Amino acid sequence: MSYFSDIYKGIKTLLTGMSVTGKYFLNSRKGAITQQYPDNRDSLKMFDRFRGEVVMPHDENNEHRCTGCQKCELACPNGSIEIIWDRKVDPETGKKKKMIEKHIYHLGMCTMCGLCIEACPTDAIKWAQNFENSVYDRSYLTRVLNKPGSRLKPGVEE
Amino acid sequence: MNHISLSITKNIHNWLFSIMPEGAASITEMVLIALVYLAIFAVAGLYLVLLERKVAAWFQLRLGPNRVGFKGLLQTMADALKLVSKELTGTDRADKFLYNLAPYFVIISSLMALAVFPFTKEFQAFDINIGIFFLIAISSIGVIGILLGGWSSNNKFALIGAMRSGVQTISYELSVGLSLLTMVLITGSLQLSEIVEVQKNGWLIVQGHIPAVIAFMIYMIAGTAETNRAPFDMVEAESELGAGFHTEYSGMKFAYFFLAEFINMFIIASIATTIFFGGWLSPFGVTESIPVLGVFWFLGKTLLIVFLMMWFRWTFPRLRIDQLLTLEWKYLLPLNLLNIVLMALIVWLNLTIQF
Amino acid sequence: METTTNNSNFKSEEYFINMGPQHPATHGVLRLLLTIDGEIIKKVEPDLGYIHRSIEKMCERDSYQQIVHLTDRMDYLSSHINNEAVCLTVENALQIEVPDRVKVIRTIIGELTRIASHCLWWGVMGMDVGALTTYFYGFRDREMINDIFEETCGARLTMNYNIPGGLMFDIHPNFVKRVKDFIAHFKTKLPEYDTLLTGNVIFQKRTKGVGILTKEDAISFGASGPVGRASGYSCDVRKHHPYSALDRVTFNEALKTEGDTFARYQVRIQEMWESLSIIEQLIDNIPEGDYKVATNAVIKLPKGEYYQKVETARGELGVYIISTGTKNPYRVKFRSPGFSNLSLLSHIAVGGKIGDLVATMATLDIVVPDIDR
Repeated sequence: MSYFSDIYKGIKTLLTGMSVTGKYFLNSRKGAITQQYPDNRDSLKMFDRFRGEVVMPHDENNEHRCTGCQKCELACPNGSIEIIWDRKVDPETGKKKKMIEKHIYHLGMCTMCGLCIEACPTDAIKWAQNFENSVYDRSYLTRVLNKPGSRLKPGVEE
Repeated sequence: MNHISLSITKNIHNWLFSIMPEGAASITEMVLIALVYLAIFAVAGLYLVLLERKVAAWFQLRLGPNRVGFKGLLQTMADALKLVSKELTGTDRADKFLYNLAPYFVIISSLMALAVFPFTKEFQAFDINIGIFFLIAISSIGVIGILLGGWSSNNKFALIGAMRSGVQTISYELSVGLSLLTMVLITGSLQLSEIVEVQKNGWLIVQGHIPAVIAFMIYMIAGTAETNRAPFDMVEAESELGAGFHTEYSGMKFAYFFLAEFINMFIIASIATTIFFGGWLSPFGVTESIPVLGVFWFLGKTLLIVFLMMWFRWTFPRLRIDQLLTLEWKYLLPLNLLNIVLMALIVWLNLTIQF
Repeated sequence: METTTNNSNFKSEEYFINMGPQHPATHGVLRLLLTIDGEIIKKVEPDLGYIHRSIEKMCERDSYQQIVHLTDRMDYLSSHINNEAVCLTVENALQIEVPDRVKVIRTIIGELTRIASHCLWWGVMGMDVGALTTYFYGFRDREMINDIFEETCGARLTMNYNIPGGLMFDIHPNFVKRVKDFIAHFKTKLPEYDTLLTGNVIFQKRTKGVGILTKEDAISFGASGPVGRASGYSCDVRKHHPYSALDRVTFNEALKTEGDTFARYQVRIQEMWESLSIIEQLIDNIPEGDYKVATNAVIKLPKGEYYQKVETARGELGVYIISTGTKNPYRVKFRSPGFSNLSLLSHIAVGGKIGDLVATMATLDIVVPDIDR
């Protein structure tokens, strides 16, 4: 008799399984968990802390906060940050001061660990939420973060 | 249909016979019908693929294809186009002749089976008097294609898949045959059009009540196994064998296998509709006066059963090969034989339910 | 065939098949050399090294802060716990006492990671035995956890949220609410997992009595995590050597004695319930305080050897650091759970069918980058 009860129980478990999927099938109109990605670009907002790429914010006077201390360059595990700097004369004080020429960021080598941003004493670099980073040529992934002609914001000291 | 389309076919028939000799006219007619069937079922197969993908998406909290054409209706057409344009690859030291032959076995056997279905009254290409027998015979040819494809690919995964398929189809053929035989006990005929006629007194699943329901369940299990679909997709068993017997096929040859799988599903569902659910007959004879609507009823019932098979596929895990055989030889076959005796008793004692 | 397998072992009916490195069942670039007699597996030889990135060697080059982000890339499904292991080792070596807040947050996120990993495993397990729909249900629930991680840590998978001395930044204001939402959601979905897959007669036939691992074998092969516990080997590091805030919560160690594939499955399902209960105990009373203690910018561990083990979603992860007192470790060794769990495979899969091998592999829950490192 256990032969028939096995069959009965087996079919019962199969039907309970089907009831689960069936329930989702009937509710499929409202239940889709996928996103229509390129279509929902306008409404798609990443979280504030999302690590997309490293950027250096500039204010309206084209001034940034990077003093060229190179702490980010040291903190980076992969060597994705290179800082080219020079000692130049500060036009306001007239003294020689360390200033960046180029803050080079290799996005292609970056593992988004966030150590550079942790290390920065002046909050000169931060995360941007842009995640569409694909390019056709990998040389585009090497970026100069400070804008041309930009300079250190006065008052920012290491 | 018998008023409008039959007169059209009759007109074509008369016209053809008027412009050419009798032999040539018959051949032209056959070719024409074959082309129509081919066209219809290429499209039907493609839309079944689309349906499967949509249904799967709805089971799985997804959206499914929705980009090509209105709500994705042209998606599978685009896929077919892509497959046609793809390079046909092959393996080194494969048996080239058998390798190229295999897909045609599969697709031709499934297309041949379609000819005998009565889609509605007198809408049937080939009303043979051994219809069910023909269907069972034809559907077994497909496995030769699968075996050939697996064997000649020179790939061990494909070979394992093909061997599994052989084992599976030979076993489950029995259950399909016996469960249909159970129903033939009621109808007393193998001719499909006649089987549908018999059901004017109530669909066979109602006429045969308990044994008919058991036969239907066995038929559905065995039929799903016949089409090599999950939970019996040992042949393809994507997580075990990659793609199984069609691992080494690409482009249109792969598409033949793929299409054949879906047309086979349609065939299995169509047989179930014809034998158990009254074919093109409407429930309680609602639309008996308009035979054209028979197509609608036939397709509606068939698609419901197709949906049931999709539901199986997207819910159940796959069986293991030895469990598959256990299920067949230790459960389905004995039950089936018992069921035949039960059905015979019921027919003998006139216990069928007739309206 | 000529290159890797000993031909003299072949009987005439046996043949050789190469499963992977590109195969859906191996979950990554793992190659299995199978000797098969028809469908029956006679021999399994795992072949590793396809994704070896020499993380241990790279650690010798990096400072202690930088090591942490490499461990994300080992067992990427329990990256937070990996990070925690390195941070705990460094903190113990420096004898830093991290604030309570850090401990609690680390434990909560660690348990969330465990649930996320098991969700993914459940989906993939279903897919390996042929039930494709489970994959999407598992991922739906994992997605909620990933959103929590993304909001708080900034990344979904390779979070790198721990630093030696605490956390990189404080939790997001929404964190508690989101976690509570998730717990409420997941409590309704976990029973569904059982109705859909666990109870299914086909699934039970596929998994019961398959790939049996005895307790003795589990211990001698160094199995850990759910694999060991399903054989009755009580090996939960969280229970025996509690770290972070795990000493202040009560939970049951999921133990089974059958040792088969189904037992491993059940252990993981039960672990999800236990993790939920751990999170529930902690989420309402996250203590106030700092999210990190200040460490030197250049961390130098005192000369010596340090070992710390944690329980990842896969089992016991050990971090062994030899320091010579410089800013880089002299040698780092990770004792990864996947490696010793995989070594079982050739022992327990022999004699089964190909389908059994796939089901067994699925419950070993292998992450190949964790094995190769």
